[in-house]
Amino acid sequence: MSLMVDPELCTACEACVAACPFGAIEVKDGLAAPNEKCNLCGACLDVCPVEALSIERQEAGPAAEGHQGVWIFAEQRHGRLAPVAFELLGQGRVLAEKLGARLTAILFGSNVKHLAADLFAAGADTVFLADDPRLAGFTDDLYGGLLTRLAQRHRPEIVLGGATAMGRSFIPKVASALHTGLTADCTGLDIRASDRLLLQTRPAFGGNIMATIVCPARRPQMATVRPRVMRRGPYEPGRSGELVEVSLAGVEFMDRTRLVEFIEDLTEKVNLTEADVIVCGGRGLGEARHFGLLRELADLLGGSVGASRGAVDAGWISYAHQIGQTGKTISPKLYIACGVSGAVQHLVGMQSSEVIVAVNKDPHAPIFDVADFGLVGDLFEIVPELIGRLKAAKG
Amino acid sequence: MDYFLTEEQQMIQDLARQIAEEKVLPVRAELDEKEEFPRALLAHFAAADLCGLNIPQAYGGMGLGMFEQALATEQVARACCGVAVSYASSGLGIFPLLLYGSEEQKRKYLPDVARGKTLAAFALTESAAGSDASNIQTTAVRDGDHYVLNGAKQWITNAGEADFYTVIAITDRTKGPRGATFFIVEKGEKGFTFGKREKKMGIRCSATGELIFSDCRIPADRVIAREGMGFVVAMRTFDMSRPGVGALGVGLAQGALEAAVDFARTRVQFGRPIIGHQAVAHMLADMATGVEAGRALLYAVARYLDSGAKEVSKVSAMAKLFTSDLAMKVTTDAVQVFGGHGYMREYPVEKMMRDAKILQIFEGTNQIQRNIIGQELNKESGRSRKK
Amino acid sequence: MEILVCIKQVPDARDVKLDPKTNTLRREGVASIVNPFDLYAMEAALRLRDAHGGRVFALTMGPPQAIEALRELVGYGVDEAALLSDRAFAGADTWATSYTLARGAEKLGRFDLIVCGKQAVDGDTAQVGPELAEQLGLPYVAFVRRVVSLDSAAGLLTVERLMDDGCDVVEVRLPALITVVKEIGEPRVPSLKGKMRARKLEIPVLTAEGLGADPDKIGLAGSPTQVLEVFPPKPRGQRVRIEGAPGEQVSRLLEHLKKDITLAAKVGAA
Repeated sequence: MSLMVDPELCTACEACVAACPFGAIEVKDGLAAPNEKCNLCGACLDVCPVEALSIERQEAGPAAEGHQGVWIFAEQRHGRLAPVAFELLGQGRVLAEKLGARLTAILFGSNVKHLAADLFAAGADTVFLADDPRLAGFTDDLYGGLLTRLAQRHRPEIVLGGATAMGRSFIPKVASALHTGLTADCTGLDIRASDRLLLQTRPAFGGNIMATIVCPARRPQMATVRPRVMRRGPYEPGRSGELVEVSLAGVEFMDRTRLVEFIEDLTEKVNLTEADVIVCGGRGLGEARHFGLLRELADLLGGSVGASRGAVDAGWISYAHQIGQTGKTISPKLYIACGVSGAVQHLVGMQSSEVIVAVNKDPHAPIFDVADFGLVGDLFEIVPELIGRLKAAKG
Repeated sequence: MDYFLTEEQQMIQDLARQIAEEKVLPVRAELDEKEEFPRALLAHFAAADLCGLNIPQAYGGMGLGMFEQALATEQVARACCGVAVSYASSGLGIFPLLLYGSEEQKRKYLPDVARGKTLAAFALTESAAGSDASNIQTTAVRDGDHYVLNGAKQWITNAGEADFYTVIAITDRTKGPRGATFFIVEKGEKGFTFGKREKKMGIRCSATGELIFSDCRIPADRVIAREGMGFVVAMRTFDMSRPGVGALGVGLAQGALEAAVDFARTRVQFGRPIIGHQAVAHMLADMATGVEAGRALLYAVARYLDSGAKEVSKVSAMAKLFTSDLAMKVTTDAVQVFGGHGYMREYPVEKMMRDAKILQIFEGTNQIQRNIIGQELNKESGRSRKK
Repeated sequence: MEILVCIKQVPDARDVKLDPKTNTLRREGVASIVNPFDLYAMEAALRLRDAHGGRVFALTMGPPQAIEALRELVGYGVDEAALLSDRAFAGADTWATSYTLARGAEKLGRFDLIVCGKQAVDGDTAQVGPELAEQLGLPYVAFVRRVVSLDSAAGLLTVERLMDDGCDVVEVRLPALITVVKEIGEPRVPSLKGKMRARKLEIPVLTAEGLGADPDKIGLAGSPTQVLEVFPPKPRGQRVRIEGAPGEQVSRLLEHLKKDITLAAKVGAA
């Protein structure tokens, strides 16, 4: 597979050089030539005025044959299905329809059989259930090993998981074991009708560009999906499906890793990746205690408190609350940034938010470029005012 | 501007700068606000092998000179003058040892300073003896193979934090200039206590306080050089340590200049960034020229001192005088460039201006420096006449 | 303990800007830095070495200039380093990268622990760590925020793994791999002696042939995933400025928010 330059057509106009986001093509001796940075994204093909460029792409090889079915990993923790499982079923149904395939949910845990009904109601045709005390706690060895084994036996075409801590931890192990491709934290999934290929879209370079990734030759095509971005499907209580109880006979339960205990985060009622509303504090807060104000606002809105890196580095709040490139990526319905300047590394973590409100006294703060509603002013006046209004409404 | 540093010198500068930016900058405002001694930061300098730059390798140091020390101090001062003073003052404290200490004394005290385990402090100033160093009242009376110290030192940098102190006391008032002696006194010694910590205008994180000697007995092997050498040791120490103060000034001025330029580029008045207004651009130009001149002078003097030159008092005084006056002017002008913002504690320049003032006062006031230069000019002219 | 730290040299994100006209990344003068998470990985490794003895190795797959990133780590106190560099490695996705790093790790010796940063700030996948563990057949724990204890005799490492809802305490049998997040501990400062040592240290460069790597498993050729296309994101943000006194601003904001059913329910009658 490579980028081909037709020497008869190339005029060395350098349009391709300008269009390449990776600095991967140069003009040498009057001819365009790709270097080792080229990853076949095709941006240059679109701009070449004389169509001198083409890409020889890998065809779906023999490894792709015989794979069918769309699988989604229905994450559950402590007996509760993660909301992303329903988003995966919603998106999975769309993909399954386009492929004419069955939609299967994979459920691991202990005493979780009752959750299968929820999965059928949300659109699963089949639920593969592995229910065993040894699966009560999440370890990469157990969940990863079991999902790998199931995929090897049943050969799905697509396997999707949530880009949650659990998903991002063990799904790569499965992809590696299956020698297949995995795209992390997708914000868009679609099927290319011509060849049934899964088109996996995600932000790249800190969200400055979007990239669509494919896995042409290997199967299953795997992706983790950013929580709260995909749409849930319709929910029909009582809808039935095929429950397959996975036999664990002969499965070697590795004990190289052992879950000792779980320490719950009691500062947040809702974890950041699932929160509908996030109130985020930055350097503009000035002091640790001012997070109390944001806590009050978050509680009134049923949300959680986040922080920019500046606030975490200043020691005002723990790292678990950090949002951004070196923290968490979140996509709430409503994101209120207070005293956050909006450095690009922070935006990366919250750009998927549906509605962004920014409060900052600096009118030139970059956060205002991505905000839906920008309030230039003193957050110590605006936030208490907002809190007062919300409290009054609750009576 | 390129000063053609060797690879090793460049490494020292880069390392000091990295620590200053990553570790000192984020906490400088808080240290100033709380007047908190920067112990944790000094541990970083120690871990980075920056605490023994001019201590000979035989005693665990890097065996380099004042120039390398100045490079490091300058970078720290660019982030915070108070932290830089705490870092560099230990170097001042060990100078009497470096210059005149016996082999045993060097072996005993220097290695721990080099690895950052202990801190030193230099103690000369008293309430009756500021510029008039000869008027010190602290006495050291010989008693068998001990000396008994009585008196009090004032405004000593690193007081209470340092593990040992090089202290000058009168051993024989009748001998005038040959009547004082330097001693090494350790923290915790009976009869040696500390007075109150001073609240200062600037370099607030630096610990400044009183040393009180009340029948403090120390062994006679704590004498540095010989009885009577005290003022000679002091004068020579100052000659050698002035580039260190110079580095504080240049670094502080550089930090203020950069802050002022950054501000002037973003602050818009009358439709454009204020750096586009000549009044401001000219101020910045003068500031920058001064900083470069100060740096060039400092580096030249430090290198000259390291060459082993004997007659260094004049240029050493010039380095201290010029750079400290420069720092005061540049930081004051920086506040001016910031305008109203500069007066607010939220912005870093008011602290820089407060920090700068001491540089014109300690280590020999700038008036004393001018005296020294004047005297040297006189001597030099006299000598050249004879030819 | 023999500890391996895998690092990546990445563009300094602060410097990379998108040219809005051509939709390409302006890369002139963009400095290369050690991936921030990897410095935390290095610090975690150094702390374990300082406490339990042993050596720390640094390994990276990259172009020739990535050797500077390795020298930087030696300046912090890392003992040895090696660079995997070959044109054939270029264009690798996480599968091919983890394959290559695995072969490199095997070539360097046996390690008790491999430490990686959670993710690279240019790729953002957080996949190489787990995939590397799988390539080497090692157990692993991702998103480690604290090392609780190491029982050298029993070969057991206990760590805290940061999850979305709290923290799992996990015990893993060595040899193992962990990926770390920032909470693991602030990186130390380099030392002068370290930097001097780094300047002179012999850092071997291993090629595909030197590793005995399967050409079908490295670089672009060995990557199951490919970039199909890139395009600019939809412009984000309505950019409505709400002016006025705080009271007015809040009123207007609430009016806007209430236009959405879900948000209207949250703000109620405010």
